[in-house]
Amino acid sequence: MSGRLRMIDPGLHATLQDSGRFGWRRFGVSVSGAMDPPALALANVLAGNPPDSAAVEFAQTGGTWQIDTESCRIAVTGGSFAISVDGATLAPWRSYTLRQGQVLSIGSARDAVWGYLAVAGGFAIAPQLGSCATHVRSGIGGRRIEAGDALPLGLTQAPGGNEHFVAPLRWTPSPMRVVLGPQADYFAPETIAAFLAATWQAGHRGDRMGIWLEGPPIAHARGFNLVSDGLVPGCIQVPGSGQPVVLLMDCQTAGGYPKLATVITPDLPRLAQSRSGTRLRFAAIDVEAAQQLYRAYHAVFATPERALRVAPGPPPWESWFGG
Amino acid sequence: MRPALDVSYPRFLPVGDGALSVEFGDAISPALNDRVIALDIALAAAELPGIVETIPSYRSLLICYDPMELAHRQIVAEIGRLLSGRGAPRPGTSAAWSVPVIYDPPFAEDLPEVANRLGVTPEQVIAIHTGWEFQVYTVGFAPGLPYLGELPPALHISRRETPRPAVPAGAVLIGGIQATIVPVPVPSGWYQLGQTPLRPFDLQRKDPFLFRPGDRIRFRQVNRGEYDHLMGLDRDDLLASVRTLA
Repeated sequence: MSGRLRMIDPGLHATLQDSGRFGWRRFGVSVSGAMDPPALALANVLAGNPPDSAAVEFAQTGGTWQIDTESCRIAVTGGSFAISVDGATLAPWRSYTLRQGQVLSIGSARDAVWGYLAVAGGFAIAPQLGSCATHVRSGIGGRRIEAGDALPLGLTQAPGGNEHFVAPLRWTPSPMRVVLGPQADYFAPETIAAFLAATWQAGHRGDRMGIWLEGPPIAHARGFNLVSDGLVPGCIQVPGSGQPVVLLMDCQTAGGYPKLATVITPDLPRLAQSRSGTRLRFAAIDVEAAQQLYRAYHAVFATPERALRVAPGPPPWESWFGG
Repeated sequence: MRPALDVSYPRFLPVGDGALSVEFGDAISPALNDRVIALDIALAAAELPGIVETIPSYRSLLICYDPMELAHRQIVAEIGRLLSGRGAPRPGTSAAWSVPVIYDPPFAEDLPEVANRLGVTPEQVIAIHTGWEFQVYTVGFAPGLPYLGELPPALHISRRETPRPAVPAGAVLIGGIQATIVPVPVPSGWYQLGQTPLRPFDLQRKDPFLFRPGDRIRFRQVNRGEYDHLMGLDRDDLLASVRTLA
Protein backbone atom coordinates (compact mmCIF):
# COMPACT_ATOMS: atom_id res chain seq x y z
CA MET A 1 0.00 0.00 0.00
CA SER A 2 1.53 3.24 -1.11
CA GLY A 3 1.74 6.20 1.21
CA ARG A 4 -0.58 9.11 0.86
CA LEU A 5 -0.86 12.78 1.64
CA ARG A 6 -4.46 13.44 2.64
CA MET A 7 -6.11 16.85 2.39
CA ILE A 8 -8.28 17.41 5.45
CA ASP A 9 -9.26 21.05 5.02
CA PRO A 10 -9.04 22.67 1.64
CA GLY A 11 -6.68 25.46 0.77
CA LEU A 12 -7.64 27.89 -1.96
CA HIS A 13 -7.38 26.63 -5.50
CA ALA A 14 -4.99 23.76 -4.66
CA THR A 15 -3.79 21.92 -7.76
CA LEU A 16 -0.81 19.85 -8.79
CA GLN A 17 1.61 21.84 -10.92
CA ASP A 18 5.00 21.17 -12.46
CA SER A 19 7.06 23.22 -14.90
CA GLY A 20 4.29 23.10 -17.52
CA ARG A 21 2.97 21.21 -20.50
CA PHE A 22 4.85 22.09 -23.65
CA GLY A 23 4.36 21.01 -27.24
CA TRP A 24 0.55 21.00 -27.35
CA ARG A 25 -0.26 24.68 -27.64
CA ARG A 26 -0.84 24.30 -31.37
CA PHE A 27 -3.86 22.17 -30.39
CA GLY A 28 -5.21 24.71 -27.94
CA VAL A 29 -3.72 23.13 -24.81
CA SER A 30 -2.50 25.75 -22.33
CA VAL A 31 0.99 25.53 -20.87
CA SER A 32 -0.20 25.67 -17.23
CA GLY A 33 2.50 24.84 -14.69
CA ALA A 34 3.63 26.75 -11.60
CA MET A 35 2.74 30.44 -11.37
CA ASP A 36 6.07 30.96 -9.56
CA PRO A 37 8.56 28.54 -11.16
CA PRO A 38 11.54 29.49 -8.95
CA ALA A 39 9.46 28.83 -5.81
CA LEU A 40 8.36 25.46 -7.23
CA ALA A 41 11.99 24.57 -8.01
CA LEU A 42 13.13 25.50 -4.50
CA ALA A 43 10.33 23.52 -2.83
CA ASN A 44 11.35 20.51 -4.88
CA VAL A 45 15.08 20.67 -4.23
CA LEU A 46 14.40 21.21 -0.51
CA ALA A 47 12.40 17.98 -0.57
CA GLY A 48 15.18 16.31 -2.55
CA ASN A 49 13.39 16.18 -5.91
CA PRO A 50 14.34 17.31 -9.41
CA PRO A 51 13.34 20.99 -9.62
CA ASP A 52 10.57 20.52 -12.18
CA SER A 53 8.70 17.78 -10.28
CA ALA A 54 5.00 18.20 -9.56
CA ALA A 55 4.07 19.80 -6.24
CA VAL A 56 0.86 21.11 -4.72
CA GLU A 57 0.27 24.74 -5.61
CA PHE A 58 -2.22 26.76 -3.59
CA ALA A 59 -3.46 30.35 -3.51
CA GLN A 60 -3.16 32.39 -0.30
CA THR A 61 -3.74 29.51 2.07
CA GLY A 62 -2.64 25.91 1.79
CA GLY A 63 -5.13 23.97 3.91
CA THR A 64 -4.51 21.08 6.28
CA TRP A 65 -2.82 17.83 5.36
CA GLN A 66 -2.39 14.54 7.14
CA ILE A 67 0.64 12.33 6.67
CA ASP A 68 -0.70 8.92 5.76
CA THR A 69 2.60 7.08 5.32
CA GLU A 70 5.52 5.97 7.50
CA SER A 71 7.37 9.28 7.15
CA CYS A 72 7.56 12.03 4.62
CA ARG A 73 9.90 14.94 3.89
CA ILE A 74 8.07 18.13 2.95
CA ALA A 75 8.89 21.74 2.16
CA VAL A 76 6.69 24.80 1.68
CA THR A 77 7.84 27.80 -0.37
CA GLY A 78 6.41 30.75 -2.26
CA GLY A 79 6.02 33.21 0.61
CA SER A 80 6.08 33.61 4.39
CA PHE A 81 3.27 31.13 4.88
CA ALA A 82 2.30 30.42 8.50
CA ILE A 83 2.95 26.71 8.88
CA SER A 84 2.48 24.42 11.82
CA VAL A 85 2.58 20.73 12.60
CA ASP A 86 0.38 19.54 15.44
CA GLY A 87 0.45 23.10 16.78
CA ALA A 88 4.25 23.63 16.60
CA THR A 89 5.34 26.44 14.30
CA LEU A 90 7.49 25.56 11.30
CA ALA A 91 9.31 27.80 8.87
CA PRO A 92 8.65 28.03 5.16
CA TRP A 93 11.60 27.72 2.79
CA ARG A 94 12.83 24.73 4.83
CA SER A 95 12.43 20.96 4.71
CA TYR A 96 11.02 18.83 7.54
CA THR A 97 10.48 15.13 7.95
CA LEU A 98 7.00 14.39 9.25
CA ARG A 99 5.70 11.13 10.71
CA GLN A 100 2.60 9.08 10.18
CA GLY A 101 -0.53 10.80 11.47
CA GLN A 102 1.00 14.25 11.87
CA VAL A 103 -1.11 17.12 10.59
CA LEU A 104 0.46 19.93 8.60
CA SER A 105 -1.43 23.23 8.51
CA ILE A 106 -0.53 25.86 5.96
CA GLY A 107 -2.00 29.29 6.69
CA SER A 108 -1.68 32.53 4.81
CA ALA A 109 1.22 34.77 3.83
CA ARG A 110 1.34 38.55 3.60
CA ASP A 111 3.97 38.67 0.92
CA ALA A 112 2.69 36.22 -1.68
CA VAL A 113 -0.29 34.72 -3.44
CA TRP A 114 0.98 31.34 -4.59
CA GLY A 115 2.57 28.72 -2.35
CA TYR A 116 4.08 25.29 -3.01
CA LEU A 117 4.06 22.11 -0.97
CA ALA A 118 6.59 19.59 -2.24
CA VAL A 119 7.09 16.07 -0.89
CA ALA A 120 10.19 13.92 -1.28
CA GLY A 121 9.71 11.38 -4.05
CA GLY A 122 6.89 13.43 -5.53
CA PHE A 123 3.40 12.16 -6.26
CA ALA A 124 2.65 8.83 -7.94
CA ILE A 125 0.37 10.37 -10.52
CA ALA A 126 0.57 9.61 -14.24
CA PRO A 127 1.32 12.59 -16.45
CA GLN A 128 -1.15 13.61 -19.17
CA LEU A 129 0.29 14.88 -22.43
CA GLY A 130 3.71 14.76 -20.82
CA SER A 131 3.00 16.78 -17.68
CA CYS A 132 1.29 16.62 -14.29
CA ALA A 133 0.27 20.28 -14.47
CA THR A 134 -3.45 20.75 -13.84
CA HIS A 135 -5.50 22.91 -16.19
CA VAL A 136 -8.81 23.13 -14.37
CA ARG A 137 -10.82 24.64 -17.24
CA SER A 138 -10.08 21.83 -19.67
CA GLY A 139 -9.64 19.07 -17.09
CA ILE A 140 -6.26 18.18 -18.60
CA GLY A 141 -4.05 16.94 -15.77
CA GLY A 142 -7.00 16.49 -13.43
CA ARG A 143 -8.96 18.82 -11.21
CA ARG A 144 -8.66 20.96 -8.12
CA ILE A 145 -7.60 19.07 -4.97
CA GLU A 146 -10.45 18.90 -2.48
CA ALA A 147 -10.86 17.95 1.17
CA GLY A 148 -10.78 14.18 1.46
CA ASP A 149 -8.48 13.66 -1.52
CA ALA A 150 -5.50 11.44 -0.76
CA LEU A 151 -2.58 12.00 -3.11
CA PRO A 152 -0.47 8.86 -3.64
CA LEU A 153 3.20 9.40 -2.81
CA GLY A 154 6.23 8.22 -4.70
CA LEU A 155 7.95 7.12 -1.45
CA THR A 156 6.53 5.46 1.65
CA GLN A 157 9.42 6.61 3.80
CA ALA A 158 11.38 9.85 4.00
CA PRO A 159 14.82 9.62 2.41
CA GLY A 160 16.82 10.50 5.55
CA GLY A 161 19.87 12.78 5.66
CA ASN A 162 19.98 16.46 6.56
CA GLU A 163 17.15 18.90 6.39
CA HIS A 164 17.84 22.02 4.36
CA PHE A 165 16.73 25.61 4.10
CA VAL A 166 17.06 28.30 1.46
CA ALA A 167 16.96 32.07 1.60
CA PRO A 168 13.38 33.15 0.82
CA LEU A 169 12.81 34.63 -2.61
CA ARG A 170 12.28 38.34 -2.10
CA TRP A 171 10.85 40.48 -4.80
CA THR A 172 12.00 44.04 -5.22
CA PRO A 173 9.32 46.61 -6.03
CA SER A 174 11.10 47.77 -9.20
CA PRO A 175 9.12 48.12 -12.46
CA MET A 176 8.18 44.99 -14.38
CA ARG A 177 10.23 44.86 -17.53
CA VAL A 178 8.27 44.44 -20.76
CA VAL A 179 9.10 44.08 -24.43
CA LEU A 180 6.63 46.23 -26.40
CA GLY A 181 4.35 44.41 -28.78
CA PRO A 182 3.56 42.24 -30.61
CA GLN A 183 0.69 44.64 -31.40
CA ALA A 184 2.10 47.92 -30.08
CA ASP A 185 0.97 49.49 -33.36
CA TYR A 186 -2.67 49.12 -32.28
CA PHE A 187 -1.95 51.91 -29.82
CA ALA A 188 -0.88 55.53 -30.28
CA PRO A 189 2.68 56.31 -29.10
CA GLU A 190 1.31 58.65 -26.41
CA THR A 191 -0.96 55.83 -25.17
CA ILE A 192 2.05 53.56 -24.77
CA ALA A 193 3.94 56.33 -23.02
CA ALA A 194 0.98 56.79 -20.65
CA PHE A 195 0.88 53.04 -19.95
CA LEU A 196 4.57 53.10 -19.01
CA ALA A 197 4.20 56.27 -16.92
CA ALA A 198 1.17 55.08 -14.94
CA THR A 199 1.13 53.32 -11.60
CA TRP A 200 -1.21 50.32 -11.86
CA GLN A 201 -2.77 48.17 -9.22
CA ALA A 202 -3.06 44.41 -9.31
CA GLY A 203 -6.81 43.99 -9.60
CA HIS A 204 -9.23 41.96 -7.54
CA ARG A 205 -9.99 39.93 -10.62
CA GLY A 206 -7.17 37.46 -10.94
CA ASP A 207 -6.58 33.76 -11.23
CA ARG A 208 -4.24 31.35 -12.97
CA MET A 209 -5.37 32.70 -16.35
CA GLY A 210 -4.41 36.29 -15.78
CA ILE A 211 -4.26 39.31 -13.53
CA TRP A 212 -6.24 42.46 -14.31
CA LEU A 213 -4.56 45.81 -14.01
CA GLU A 214 -6.55 48.65 -12.48
CA GLY A 215 -5.80 52.15 -13.68
CA PRO A 216 -6.75 54.60 -16.40
CA PRO A 217 -8.30 52.74 -19.36
CA ILE A 218 -6.12 52.35 -22.42
CA ALA A 219 -7.44 53.67 -25.73
CA HIS A 220 -7.09 51.64 -28.89
CA ALA A 221 -5.94 53.49 -31.97
CA ARG A 222 -7.26 50.96 -34.49
CA GLY A 223 -10.08 49.09 -32.76
CA PHE A 224 -9.72 46.08 -30.57
CA ASN A 225 -10.76 43.28 -32.88
CA LEU A 226 -7.65 41.57 -34.05
CA VAL A 227 -7.44 38.48 -36.21
CA SER A 228 -6.80 36.01 -33.37
CA ASP A 229 -3.20 34.94 -33.05
CA GLY A 230 -0.95 33.00 -30.71
CA LEU A 231 0.03 34.36 -27.33
CA VAL A 232 2.18 33.44 -24.35
CA PRO A 233 2.00 33.96 -20.58
CA GLY A 234 3.20 37.51 -19.97
CA CYS A 235 1.30 39.08 -22.86
CA ILE A 236 -0.57 42.24 -21.80
CA GLN A 237 -3.84 42.07 -23.65
CA VAL A 238 -6.10 45.10 -23.92
CA PRO A 239 -9.76 44.16 -24.46
CA GLY A 240 -12.51 46.53 -25.52
CA SER A 241 -12.95 47.91 -21.99
CA GLY A 242 -9.40 49.29 -22.15
CA GLN A 243 -8.58 47.54 -18.85
CA PRO A 244 -5.40 45.56 -19.49
CA VAL A 245 -4.92 41.99 -18.34
CA VAL A 246 -1.56 40.27 -17.98
CA LEU A 247 -1.94 36.69 -19.14
CA LEU A 248 -0.54 33.99 -16.88
CA MET A 249 0.12 30.25 -16.99
CA ASP A 250 -3.43 28.99 -17.66
CA CYS A 251 -4.08 31.50 -20.42
CA GLN A 252 -5.54 30.38 -23.71
CA THR A 253 -3.15 29.72 -26.56
CA ALA A 254 -4.60 32.38 -28.85
CA GLY A 255 -6.59 35.55 -28.50
CA GLY A 256 -8.20 38.30 -30.50
CA TYR A 257 -7.36 41.39 -28.48
CA PRO A 258 -4.30 43.52 -29.23
CA LYS A 259 -1.26 42.80 -27.06
CA LEU A 260 0.44 46.03 -26.11
CA ALA A 261 3.51 44.48 -24.49
CA THR A 262 4.83 41.27 -22.99
CA VAL A 263 6.28 40.92 -19.48
CA ILE A 264 9.68 39.24 -19.56
CA THR A 265 9.98 35.70 -18.13
CA PRO A 266 12.20 36.68 -15.14
CA ASP A 267 9.61 39.23 -13.92
CA LEU A 268 6.52 37.08 -14.42
CA PRO A 269 6.72 35.16 -11.09
CA ARG A 270 6.92 38.48 -9.24
CA LEU A 271 3.87 39.73 -11.11
CA ALA A 272 1.94 36.52 -10.43
CA GLN A 273 2.78 36.84 -6.72
CA SER A 274 1.40 40.40 -6.52
CA ARG A 275 -1.57 40.48 -4.18
CA SER A 276 -4.57 42.53 -5.21
CA GLY A 277 -3.91 46.20 -4.56
CA THR A 278 -0.16 45.90 -5.13
CA ARG A 279 1.17 48.88 -7.06
CA LEU A 280 2.77 47.91 -10.34
CA ARG A 281 4.77 49.82 -12.89
CA PHE A 282 6.13 48.75 -16.24
CA ALA A 283 9.33 49.66 -18.04
CA ALA A 284 10.03 48.91 -21.70
CA ILE A 285 13.30 47.29 -22.72
CA ASP A 286 14.37 45.92 -26.08
CA VAL A 287 14.34 42.23 -26.86
CA GLU A 288 18.15 41.93 -26.72
CA ALA A 289 18.20 43.31 -23.16
CA ALA A 290 15.28 41.03 -22.25
CA GLN A 291 17.15 37.97 -23.45
CA GLN A 292 20.23 39.02 -21.52
CA LEU A 293 18.13 39.24 -18.35
CA TYR A 294 16.61 35.85 -19.16
CA ARG A 295 20.06 34.27 -19.41
CA ALA A 296 21.08 35.71 -16.04
CA TYR A 297 17.83 34.43 -14.50
CA HIS A 298 18.31 31.02 -16.06
CA ALA A 299 21.86 30.80 -14.73
CA VAL A 300 20.47 31.08 -11.18
CA PHE A 301 17.39 28.90 -11.50
CA ALA A 302 18.90 26.17 -13.66
CA THR A 303 20.74 24.97 -10.53
CA PRO A 304 18.42 25.74 -7.60
CA GLU A 305 20.11 23.06 -5.48
CA ARG A 306 23.05 25.44 -5.12
CA ALA A 307 20.84 27.56 -2.87
CA LEU A 308 20.46 24.75 -0.31
CA ARG A 309 21.97 25.14 3.17
CA VAL A 310 21.98 22.46 5.85
CA ALA A 311 19.37 23.26 8.49
CA PRO A 312 20.59 23.26 12.09
CA GLY A 313 18.89 21.40 14.92
CA PRO A 314 16.01 18.95 15.12
CA PRO A 315 12.43 19.92 14.31
CA PRO A 316 10.38 21.11 17.32
CA TRP A 317 8.45 17.88 17.85
CA GLU A 318 11.48 15.56 17.99
CA SER A 319 11.66 15.87 21.77
CA TRP A 320 8.05 14.64 22.03
CA PHE A 321 9.17 11.40 20.44
CA GLY A 322 12.26 11.15 22.60
CA GLY A 323 14.79 12.46 20.12
CA MET B 1 -13.20 49.43 -40.98
CA ARG B 2 -10.05 50.33 -39.14
CA PRO B 3 -7.34 52.11 -41.10
CA ALA B 4 -4.94 49.72 -42.78
CA LEU B 5 -1.47 49.44 -41.36
CA ASP B 6 1.22 50.96 -43.48
CA VAL B 7 3.58 48.03 -43.18
CA SER B 8 5.04 45.40 -45.42
CA TYR B 9 4.73 41.72 -44.66
CA PRO B 10 6.03 39.39 -43.43
CA ARG B 11 6.87 41.11 -40.19
CA PHE B 12 8.89 39.68 -37.32
CA LEU B 13 7.54 40.77 -33.96
CA PRO B 14 9.14 39.78 -30.65
CA VAL B 15 6.67 38.42 -28.09
CA GLY B 16 8.58 38.84 -24.86
CA ASP B 17 11.97 37.17 -24.44
CA GLY B 18 11.15 33.71 -25.81
CA ALA B 19 8.78 33.98 -28.75
CA LEU B 20 8.58 35.46 -32.22
CA SER B 21 5.42 36.20 -34.19
CA VAL B 22 5.82 35.98 -37.95
CA GLU B 23 2.88 37.88 -39.45
CA PHE B 24 1.94 37.42 -43.09
CA GLY B 25 -0.95 39.87 -43.13
CA ASP B 26 -3.86 41.26 -41.19
CA ALA B 27 -6.85 39.28 -42.49
CA ILE B 28 -8.53 35.89 -42.54
CA SER B 29 -7.76 34.35 -45.91
CA PRO B 30 -6.83 30.91 -47.19
CA ALA B 31 -3.79 32.33 -49.01
CA LEU B 32 -2.34 33.85 -45.82
CA ASN B 33 -3.14 30.72 -43.83
CA ASP B 34 -1.39 28.58 -46.44
CA ARG B 35 1.77 30.63 -45.95
CA VAL B 36 1.58 30.20 -42.18
CA ILE B 37 1.25 26.45 -42.54
CA ALA B 38 4.01 26.27 -45.14
CA LEU B 39 6.42 28.09 -42.82
CA ASP B 40 5.39 25.86 -39.92
CA ILE B 41 6.22 22.77 -41.97
CA ALA B 42 9.48 24.20 -43.27
CA LEU B 43 10.52 25.15 -39.73
CA ALA B 44 9.76 21.67 -38.41
CA ALA B 45 11.76 20.14 -41.27
CA ALA B 46 14.71 22.44 -40.56
CA GLU B 47 15.00 20.94 -37.04
CA LEU B 48 16.47 24.12 -35.66
CA PRO B 49 17.85 23.57 -32.15
CA GLY B 50 16.11 25.68 -29.52
CA ILE B 51 12.61 25.68 -31.01
CA VAL B 52 10.16 24.78 -28.23
CA GLU B 53 6.90 24.72 -30.17
CA THR B 54 4.86 26.70 -32.67
CA ILE B 55 1.29 28.02 -32.70
CA PRO B 56 -0.03 28.46 -36.23
CA SER B 57 -3.05 30.77 -36.52
CA TYR B 58 -4.93 32.50 -39.34
CA ARG B 59 -2.30 34.90 -40.53
CA SER B 60 0.70 34.40 -38.27
CA LEU B 61 2.99 31.78 -36.84
CA LEU B 62 4.01 32.15 -33.21
CA ILE B 63 7.37 30.48 -32.63
CA CYS B 64 8.26 29.73 -29.01
CA TYR B 65 11.99 29.22 -28.56
CA ASP B 66 14.60 28.88 -25.86
CA PRO B 67 16.61 32.11 -25.52
CA MET B 68 19.48 30.05 -24.08
CA GLU B 69 19.92 28.53 -27.52
CA LEU B 70 18.67 31.19 -29.92
CA ALA B 71 18.81 34.97 -29.78
CA HIS B 72 16.08 37.09 -31.38
CA ARG B 73 18.41 38.23 -34.15
CA GLN B 74 19.39 34.64 -34.96
CA ILE B 75 15.86 33.30 -35.21
CA VAL B 76 14.77 36.21 -37.38
CA ALA B 77 17.69 35.44 -39.69
CA GLU B 78 16.81 31.73 -39.77
CA ILE B 79 13.17 32.41 -40.58
CA GLY B 80 14.20 34.89 -43.25
CA ARG B 81 16.34 32.17 -44.80
CA LEU B 82 13.47 29.68 -44.73
CA LEU B 83 11.07 32.18 -46.30
CA SER B 84 13.46 33.12 -49.07
CA GLY B 85 14.08 29.47 -49.91
CA ARG B 86 12.12 27.78 -52.65
CA GLY B 87 8.41 27.75 -51.76
CA ALA B 88 7.77 25.24 -49.05
CA PRO B 89 5.44 22.49 -50.26
CA ARG B 90 1.93 22.09 -48.95
CA PRO B 91 1.83 19.56 -46.16
CA GLY B 92 1.78 16.03 -47.47
CA THR B 93 0.05 14.87 -44.32
CA SER B 94 -2.95 17.17 -44.38
CA ALA B 95 -6.09 15.13 -44.02
CA ALA B 96 -9.52 15.26 -45.55
CA TRP B 97 -12.43 14.52 -43.27
CA SER B 98 -16.00 13.57 -43.92
CA VAL B 99 -17.74 14.47 -40.69
CA PRO B 100 -21.12 12.83 -40.03
CA VAL B 101 -23.69 15.23 -38.61
CA ILE B 102 -27.23 14.73 -37.40
CA TYR B 103 -29.28 17.88 -38.11
CA ASP B 104 -32.43 16.68 -36.32
CA PRO B 105 -33.87 17.54 -32.90
CA PRO B 106 -32.73 17.43 -30.17
CA PHE B 107 -29.28 17.96 -31.70
CA ALA B 108 -30.05 20.98 -33.86
CA GLU B 109 -31.36 23.49 -31.38
CA ASP B 110 -30.59 26.59 -33.43
CA LEU B 111 -31.30 25.33 -36.94
CA PRO B 112 -34.81 26.85 -37.17
CA GLU B 113 -33.56 30.21 -35.86
CA VAL B 114 -30.61 30.23 -38.27
CA ALA B 115 -32.91 29.43 -41.20
CA ASN B 116 -35.31 32.14 -40.11
CA ARG B 117 -32.58 34.76 -39.76
CA LEU B 118 -31.05 33.90 -43.11
CA GLY B 119 -34.42 33.76 -44.85
CA VAL B 120 -34.07 30.18 -46.08
CA THR B 121 -35.47 26.79 -45.06
CA PRO B 122 -33.68 24.49 -42.61
CA GLU B 123 -33.19 22.05 -45.49
CA GLN B 124 -31.41 24.75 -47.47
CA VAL B 125 -29.13 25.52 -44.51
CA ILE B 126 -28.22 21.80 -44.34
CA ALA B 127 -27.66 21.64 -48.11
CA ILE B 128 -25.30 24.64 -48.03
CA HIS B 129 -23.46 23.39 -44.93
CA THR B 130 -22.92 19.90 -46.38
CA GLY B 131 -22.09 21.20 -49.85
CA TRP B 132 -19.03 23.18 -48.82
CA GLU B 133 -15.39 22.34 -48.14
CA PHE B 134 -13.89 23.97 -45.06
CA GLN B 135 -10.23 24.50 -44.22
CA VAL B 136 -8.90 24.17 -40.68
CA TYR B 137 -7.26 27.57 -40.22
CA THR B 138 -6.14 27.11 -36.66
CA VAL B 139 -6.83 25.05 -33.55
CA GLY B 140 -7.36 26.71 -30.20
CA PHE B 141 -9.67 28.32 -27.63
CA ALA B 142 -10.24 24.85 -26.18
CA PRO B 143 -8.17 21.67 -26.68
CA GLY B 144 -8.61 20.48 -30.26
CA LEU B 145 -11.20 23.07 -31.29
CA PRO B 146 -10.82 23.72 -35.05
CA TYR B 147 -11.57 27.12 -36.54
CA LEU B 148 -13.09 26.33 -39.91
CA GLY B 149 -13.26 28.88 -42.65
CA GLU B 150 -14.83 30.36 -44.40
CA LEU B 151 -18.56 29.89 -44.36
CA PRO B 152 -20.21 30.37 -47.73
CA PRO B 153 -21.71 33.90 -47.77
CA ALA B 154 -25.24 32.48 -47.56
CA LEU B 155 -24.47 31.25 -44.02
CA HIS B 156 -22.72 34.36 -42.68
CA ILE B 157 -24.54 35.18 -39.45
CA SER B 158 -23.76 37.51 -36.57
CA ARG B 159 -23.26 35.89 -33.20
CA ARG B 160 -25.99 35.34 -30.63
CA GLU B 161 -26.60 38.31 -28.37
CA THR B 162 -26.33 36.08 -25.32
CA PRO B 163 -23.76 33.29 -25.36
CA ARG B 164 -24.83 29.87 -24.10
CA PRO B 165 -22.97 28.85 -20.92
CA ALA B 166 -22.16 25.41 -22.33
CA VAL B 167 -22.56 23.68 -25.66
CA PRO B 168 -21.81 19.94 -25.66
CA ALA B 169 -18.84 18.09 -27.13
CA GLY B 170 -19.60 17.17 -30.74
CA ALA B 171 -21.80 20.22 -31.36
CA VAL B 172 -21.45 21.56 -34.91
CA LEU B 173 -21.59 25.35 -34.82
CA ILE B 174 -21.51 28.38 -37.08
CA GLY B 175 -20.83 31.98 -36.05
CA GLY B 176 -19.78 35.06 -37.99
CA ILE B 177 -17.98 33.77 -41.07
CA GLN B 178 -16.66 30.67 -39.34
CA ALA B 179 -17.65 27.20 -38.26
CA THR B 180 -16.40 24.71 -35.68
CA ILE B 181 -16.87 21.35 -34.00
CA VAL B 182 -16.90 21.55 -30.21
CA PRO B 183 -14.29 19.31 -28.50
CA VAL B 184 -15.25 19.76 -24.83
CA PRO B 185 -18.20 21.65 -23.34
CA VAL B 186 -17.53 25.38 -23.85
CA PRO B 187 -19.51 28.59 -23.55
CA SER B 188 -20.35 29.90 -27.00
CA GLY B 189 -22.20 32.63 -28.82
CA TRP B 190 -22.36 30.58 -32.00
CA TYR B 191 -25.35 28.64 -33.38
CA GLN B 192 -25.69 24.87 -33.15
CA LEU B 193 -26.75 23.33 -36.48
CA GLY B 194 -26.24 19.71 -35.47
CA GLN B 195 -24.18 17.16 -33.64
CA THR B 196 -21.43 14.73 -34.67
CA PRO B 197 -20.36 11.51 -32.95
CA LEU B 198 -16.75 12.58 -33.62
CA ARG B 199 -14.74 14.07 -30.78
CA PRO B 200 -12.04 16.53 -31.88
CA PHE B 201 -10.30 15.89 -28.53
CA ASP B 202 -10.11 12.55 -26.72
CA LEU B 203 -7.29 11.83 -24.28
CA GLN B 204 -8.01 8.10 -24.46
CA ARG B 205 -7.29 8.03 -28.18
CA LYS B 206 -3.76 7.34 -29.44
CA ASP B 207 -3.82 10.69 -31.17
CA PRO B 208 -5.84 12.91 -28.85
CA PHE B 209 -6.27 15.69 -31.43
CA LEU B 210 -8.11 15.03 -34.68
CA PHE B 211 -7.59 18.17 -36.66
CA ARG B 212 -4.52 20.04 -37.79
CA PRO B 213 -4.24 23.39 -39.53
CA GLY B 214 -4.52 22.79 -43.25
CA ASP B 215 -6.91 19.84 -42.96
CA ARG B 216 -10.04 19.89 -45.15
CA ILE B 217 -13.46 19.13 -43.75
CA ARG B 218 -16.81 18.32 -45.34
CA PHE B 219 -19.98 17.64 -43.39
CA ARG B 220 -22.27 14.73 -44.26
CA GLN B 221 -25.87 14.40 -43.09
CA VAL B 222 -26.77 11.23 -41.20
CA ASN B 223 -30.10 10.08 -39.80
CA ARG B 224 -30.77 9.03 -36.24
CA GLY B 225 -30.13 5.37 -36.99
CA GLU B 226 -26.69 6.00 -38.46
CA TYR B 227 -25.84 8.50 -35.72
CA ASP B 228 -26.66 5.94 -33.04
CA HIS B 229 -24.68 3.30 -34.90
CA LEU B 230 -21.63 5.58 -35.11
CA MET B 231 -21.96 6.54 -31.45
CA GLY B 232 -21.76 2.83 -30.62
CA LEU B 233 -18.55 2.26 -32.59
CA ASP B 234 -15.17 1.80 -31.02
CA ARG B 235 -13.30 5.14 -31.21
CA ASP B 236 -10.74 3.82 -33.70
CA ASP B 237 -13.35 2.26 -35.99
CA LEU B 238 -15.24 5.54 -35.93
CA LEU B 239 -12.09 7.40 -37.00
CA ALA B 240 -11.35 4.99 -39.81
CA SER B 241 -14.82 5.64 -41.20
CA VAL B 242 -14.36 9.41 -41.55
CA ARG B 243 -10.74 10.08 -42.40
CA THR B 244 -9.11 9.85 -45.79
CA LEU B 245 -5.63 11.09 -46.58
CA ALA B 246 -5.74 13.96 -49.03
